[in-house]
Amino acid sequence: MKTSSMSRSAAPEAAGSARRAAARSAAERRRLLKAGAAAPLLVLLRPAEATPEGSAAAIAAFTGGAAVQAGRIVFDISRLIDNGNAVPVTVRVQSPMTAADHVTSIAIFNERNPQPEVAAFNLSPRSGKADVSTRIRLATSQKLVAVARMSDGSFWQQTVDVIVTLAACIEGEVS
Amino acid sequence: MARALIHMPESARRGEVFEVRALISHVMETGYRPGADGRPVARDIIRTFTCRYNGGIVFGMELHPAVSANPYIAFHTTATESGELEFRWEGDKNFSQTERRTITVSDA
Repeated sequence: MKTSSMSRSAAPEAAGSARRAAARSAAERRRLLKAGAAAPLLVLLRPAEATPEGSAAAIAAFTGGAAVQAGRIVFDISRLIDNGNAVPVTVRVQSPMTAADHVTSIAIFNERNPQPEVAAFNLSPRSGKADVSTRIRLATSQKLVAVARMSDGSFWQQTVDVIVTLAACIEGEVS
Repeated sequence: MARALIHMPESARRGEVFEVRALISHVMETGYRPGADGRPVARDIIRTFTCRYNGGIVFGMELHPAVSANPYIAFHTTATESGELEFRWEGDKNFSQTERRTITVSDA
């Protein structure tokens, strides 16, 4: 008797809590579905693209905010690029490369790849010649900047505009 | 071991500036490219490259995902004395590889 009354009084309580749990889980499901609908978009959209501001910030991080002058540096890259997956680049800096006056580092930045940094080279008087080459990826037509740091603390840059017909990482893009 | 190609002279005159070209096979997975399941494939790149000449660092490079697969690196250095050049690539997933080449330096 006692147990049955207890079970009677407990039953509605249990049913109510089950209903509330079901309602909660339904709400949770709707929320998850909504999030799920948005998530593939987030994944498929081109991930965090470098911007001209991002590129400027990366250059400022490299220079420590010092003024960058134009000249002394030659950024050799094809202006019209067929294939953005492997673009040959060469950077040369006019410098005697002596202990008193040499290039300490060279860095390359971009404006429209996912990240503003491309590569950085560290040189010393032992280099003999400030002349480095590599191959880079370009996501789209954009502006590239090569910056050189001299042993006297001055910075020099050259900017180039390039047109890319076949982009690197094209499979990552949705239009 | 990834396949690495290094091109540099076997001998040089003291004080001569010579070019070193290094190429290594590596996917340089950017971390931005979606795989078959739509999720970005985890980044797997070479982060740094260093060249030591008889133990002293003469050249260093920092690589980002924007460097092409199978990174090609060309730079110059001065022939100071006979000895060994050591090339070291280090990257994600504990990637590291070291290659050595000898050079004979003659006077005049």
